[in-house]
Amino acid sequence: MSEREPVLEVSGLETHFHLGGGLLGRGEEQVVRAVDGVTFDIREGEIFGLVGESGSGKTTLGRTILGLVPATGGSIRWKGRELVGLTEKEFRPLRRRLGMIFQDPNASLNPAMTVAQGVGHPLRIHGITQTRAETRARVAEMLERCGLAPAERYLDVYPEDISGGQKQRVVIARTLITGPELVVADEPVAALDMSIRAKVLELMMDLKDELGLTYLYITHDLASGRFVCDRMAIMYLGQMVEWGEARAIYDDPQHPYTASLLDAIPLPDPSRRDRDKQLPRGEIPDALSPPRGCRFHPRCPRAFEPCGWEGRDLIDALEDRWTRIDEATFERELGLVGDRTAAVVADDHVRFRTDDPHALRQLLTELGPSLPTVVIDATTSMEADAGDLVVRFGAGPAPGDQVVAGRTVACHLHGVVERS
Amino acid sequence: MSTVPALSVSDLTVDYATPKGYLRAVDGVAFDLHPGESLGLVGESGCGKSSLGRALMQLLPQGALVGGSVNLAGDELIGASDARLRKARGEDLALVFQEPMTRLDPLMKVSDHFVEAIRAHRPETSKDEARHMAREVLAQMGIPPTRANNYPHEFSGGMRQRIMLALGIVLKPQVIIADEPTTALDVIVEAQILDLLDRLRSDHNVGLILITHNLGIVAETCDRVAVMYAGRIVEIGPVVDVFARPKHPYTQGLLRSVISVDTTELSSIDGSPPDLTAPPRGCRFAPRCDQAFEDCHSVDPMLAQVALDQHAACLLYPGADRRGAEVGV
Amino acid sequence: MAETSARRARVQHALKPWRQANPMARRLVVVGLIITLAFALMAIFADAIAPYGQDQYRYIVGTTTDPATIDAAACGDTLDCEQLPRRIEPSEGYPFGTTSARFDVLSRIVHGARVAFAVVALATVLSMGIGVPLGLYSGYRGGRLDRVLVMSMDAIYAFPPLILAILVAFVLKQALEGRIEEPGVFVASVAVGVVYIPQYFRVIRNHTLSVKEEPFVEAARSLGAKPRTIVWRYVFFNVTSSVPVIFTLNAADAVLTLAGLGFLGFGVQYPRAEWGLDVARALPDVVSGFWWTAFFPGMAIMILVTGLTLVGEGLNDIVNPLLRVKGYRGRVPKRKATDDGADVTEVKA
Repeated sequence: MSEREPVLEVSGLETHFHLGGGLLGRGEEQVVRAVDGVTFDIREGEIFGLVGESGSGKTTLGRTILGLVPATGGSIRWKGRELVGLTEKEFRPLRRRLGMIFQDPNASLNPAMTVAQGVGHPLRIHGITQTRAETRARVAEMLERCGLAPAERYLDVYPEDISGGQKQRVVIARTLITGPELVVADEPVAALDMSIRAKVLELMMDLKDELGLTYLYITHDLASGRFVCDRMAIMYLGQMVEWGEARAIYDDPQHPYTASLLDAIPLPDPSRRDRDKQLPRGEIPDALSPPRGCRFHPRCPRAFEPCGWEGRDLIDALEDRWTRIDEATFERELGLVGDRTAAVVADDHVRFRTDDPHALRQLLTELGPSLPTVVIDATTSMEADAGDLVVRFGAGPAPGDQVVAGRTVACHLHGVVERS
Repeated sequence: MSTVPALSVSDLTVDYATPKGYLRAVDGVAFDLHPGESLGLVGESGCGKSSLGRALMQLLPQGALVGGSVNLAGDELIGASDARLRKARGEDLALVFQEPMTRLDPLMKVSDHFVEAIRAHRPETSKDEARHMAREVLAQMGIPPTRANNYPHEFSGGMRQRIMLALGIVLKPQVIIADEPTTALDVIVEAQILDLLDRLRSDHNVGLILITHNLGIVAETCDRVAVMYAGRIVEIGPVVDVFARPKHPYTQGLLRSVISVDTTELSSIDGSPPDLTAPPRGCRFAPRCDQAFEDCHSVDPMLAQVALDQHAACLLYPGADRRGAEVGV
Repeated sequence: MAETSARRARVQHALKPWRQANPMARRLVVVGLIITLAFALMAIFADAIAPYGQDQYRYIVGTTTDPATIDAAACGDTLDCEQLPRRIEPSEGYPFGTTSARFDVLSRIVHGARVAFAVVALATVLSMGIGVPLGLYSGYRGGRLDRVLVMSMDAIYAFPPLILAILVAFVLKQALEGRIEEPGVFVASVAVGVVYIPQYFRVIRNHTLSVKEEPFVEAARSLGAKPRTIVWRYVFFNVTSSVPVIFTLNAADAVLTLAGLGFLGFGVQYPRAEWGLDVARALPDVVSGFWWTAFFPGMAIMILVTGLTLVGEGLNDIVNPLLRVKGYRGRVPKRKATDDGADVTEVKA
């Protein structure tokens, strides 16, 4: 595909949610960094994929671009115009040119409006049509374009009377009726039955060609992303970990997270059941306190010393070990380590409140190689201090962006580069 | 197979009352499940797969009608007493649901859920013994013993599903029925949970019925697969055979419509499933089938053997005509 | 043509819950509506139905006409007037008897219906007119205003309703004294209406809170709809489903509150006919064994309240989709496939 003009340029975008302190303003204010410094652009006429697990911030990023959630930092330029900082009122006229397709067609249509009313409403909102008959004619035309023909059969029905696939077509018609240029599609087929997903995706791609649309395609499903996207970005905990040409990413993933996402997809081919899969440990952590360094390091199957090991990783590693040993050993180790509440965990150290710091140090050193992660190797010191054992960790720089094999990756495996 | 089936289902029907008439959600379903075997029940929304799962456990909404037979190692469950059913749920059959949080009491520690479940079935077990059992089975599911006394909300979605699995197997049931156990989870956690289920099946020799809409999951975890459409099993057989050589046009269409990383061409099935309060005459898939011929709209097909161990209900194959010979599955 | 098909679709849609409803619920609503309508007709055509006026104690011989409607002074002069019997038992001519003030009980009940309906209607307009928009606004905007409104509404709600109504009636009466003619009905309506504002407010606000989280509300924003459009076109129609239920149940309650006000003397003024007032007036009669003066107004209150409650309960079953789908226990049209005599077990609770 030839290089086309970027229509949307996002740089250093941040969307942070501030959770108020406790009742009466006491307690610490917490910040969820749903989108935390994201830079990319979308070129005219392409489908740009945004892929990640739930909690990766992909949906928040899409909603921020459409001004449905206020950005707390950075910039979004659409055809040269800055969108960050626009008020709701200033944004409103732009909405006919920036559309959104939602995930669940059952919930994104107003149950109290007929198809004709719902699809026609954007025309009335933006004053595009003046009379009811004109609106109805435009709606009918759009419905047929979206595969709902003859339109008369669908105009006066309520959403509850049509199937999920038909509802999603109605949603698409409602989004496209004002003639948008950029459409954010948030998991447009995830809620649909398998046998009709392809139909809806095909429709979206046909309409893209017919109407000259540009899509931001948000999905958790790498499989459909591969089929649809020209370029894509893999998101993890509010940041992009790998982005570039979709084909390059699928054929040869460079970030361990991308690789595990690809490995985890169940294949409808029983003969390849026993293929080698590299599955990450655990689940995506709480965005309230993202891990230090590389945010993926606690789960990464290939993480090594510089990835940002920290106090809680040590506790997690011990707990993981405890699920696999006999009870007597567990009791003995627990006696030395103390439970979760007995240790003071900070970013760069853990202070174990223990009766016997020396025995604990010996235990940790011995356990090191048998733990599921390299967390012990990443320690810089273990010292007895005032009857406690303090375990310290070295610096854990956040990985910077590097161009590897035609795409950008943020991972220390390709050389330890600190994020600027 | 020569072993005695752990679960034998025959001619199972489920009807729901609706203002438009009775809706037959499950219509004459039959299959056997052997110990240590996993059977995938796959189909699209509304095909009756969840109703079937619930019917096996006798956990249907009030007013539903159940017919046929669910035989658990020689014991009939349809029409059994409430006490017998309560005993069956947990001791013989475990059910794992899609949304684990709603099945855990937020005010009870995780270990107390186990104490309650164990002592309801085995009152002679002491609380300490029950806690001990809980810790062991939780550890097997990857929950650290130090977390046993936490409350459900302190766990992530995947960990809650692990807890539900642990609760399901603590009484060592013969059969686990998992209804879309990973639908609410992300792919990576889904793969982790499926690995666990597989380990459970081989380590404890339990039968597993995995209800899902995802054919990939079936291919990854199941030995046999039953494809459901409009309340009936339309094809059943070993996963390897059905995925390599699907016989029923619906199975063929469904397999073609899967979007996987290898997909090079999109495909879908036209139309939508029939209204089950007034199902069409003949084969229920005929209106959407591109291979349908005249008889399909008048003759109701039955499961017929189409290959070794593989059965399909389609008139394209000899013996599927109901007017033909009797066939055992 | 398109217009009519669109309208037909909307009417069909509105009737759908009714058609799918449980027959028991529909029966409740029909019976309740018959009772309520009977009282409503009585109120509208009170003058034609009631044999006498509400405070008529004498009549022109040979008719039932109240001499006061012609020229009271002419009574005994050019007109042949006669007084109604005092405290006569229910009998021919006076089916519900008469009171100690020689009023016909039947006529007072018929006219009392008029007051009841007028007050309930006015009160409902007031409480709905304030409670619904305030609930919508408060729920949709949230923030400090919402907190203040919720707190003040809760304060009103926490007040015993009858005492609150008395307070409002008392204050209003003082304020309006001499300014408008016959403040009774108006004062009673406001007093009763104020009591029910918090109920509409709370239900609408809570419903709004959940509806505004629905994806279709965000979808409306993404289409460029203004907040006012969103509230009225997207939120309002989805929260009003519970209004008819609150309305009928509140109306039933309002009849009781009005009767309570009247009973305690804070409602409309004697000799206007009002059931609660009549019951209060009849108290000395009961002690002396004249049961009918208290019994019939009491029955009127009870029957109307029952009628309205039946409508409310029935509507609740119909409107609440959860009850409608899950607990469907109604008649099911037979279908051949299930009538084949197969052995089935019904799942019990």
